[in-house]
Amino acid sequence: MRIPCPCCGDRDRREYTYYGAADFLDRPAEDAGLEAWDNYLHLRDNPAGVTRDLWYHDPCQSWVEVERNTVTHEVLSTRFVSAKAGASA
Amino acid sequence: MIDLIAKPAVSGLPVSHGGCTLSAFDAGPVTSIAPYPGRDLSAVLPFPAPGTVSDYQSGRLIWAGRDMAFLTGVAAPDLSGLAAVTDQSDGWVWALLEGASVEAVLARLCPLDLRLRSFAVGSSARSMLQHLPILLVRTGPESFQIASFRSMAGTLVHELEIAIKGVAARASL
Repeated sequence: MRIPCPCCGDRDRREYTYYGAADFLDRPAEDAGLEAWDNYLHLRDNPAGVTRDLWYHDPCQSWVEVERNTVTHEVLSTRFVSAKAGASA
Repeated sequence: MIDLIAKPAVSGLPVSHGGCTLSAFDAGPVTSIAPYPGRDLSAVLPFPAPGTVSDYQSGRLIWAGRDMAFLTGVAAPDLSGLAAVTDQSDGWVWALLEGASVEAVLARLCPLDLRLRSFAVGSSARSMLQHLPILLVRTGPESFQIASFRSMAGTLVHELEIAIKGVAARASL
């Protein structure tokens, strides 16, 4: 499996560390209530198809959000987490 | 002032098997230069694009990560207000791998495509050597400079020596 890093280009999966679903980027407001926080911390979709997750590219020290298809193993798009508006990474 | 003796990070080099040689070398002073967000350093030095190396005075600027380059061989200029500048001289160990079978040796260890047509002379990359993080610079068709954390110098030499021996043994069959 190869993941294109927005900085370095196509790189082997061994250079990456997996973190989890990209849902972690959508942190609820502090006063959002128990259900929203429970959802954010514990509830994840497990789609057969397009999914978004977070990978750390160790060599260039970047968090990358990867959109990929879990059925075809196709990587659809990647971008720096820091490029997302309002995110601090 | 006490005159301290600089000790090499590795012992037992150079090693050579089947026309591939691993030797240690002194990269001189090494300084990491990380531009602050939005700052342009082009008036002071030619900051290298990702995966490249540029010349600066008698030294080199090696791309060494996202928004970071290593200046080797010369002292860093004054970049106050422009970039984070940190002395890395003691933190890294440098080795030179050269010989006709360098690509075959590194192919056993590194997930990058290091053939000449995809990794030309003057390219640099941060990658892995087995589990060891490295900085790789191609200095010629048959020579690579490999830098890694000084604390892992023993592992670097160990992994490379095993691969050099393996490639040499296979060629001698």
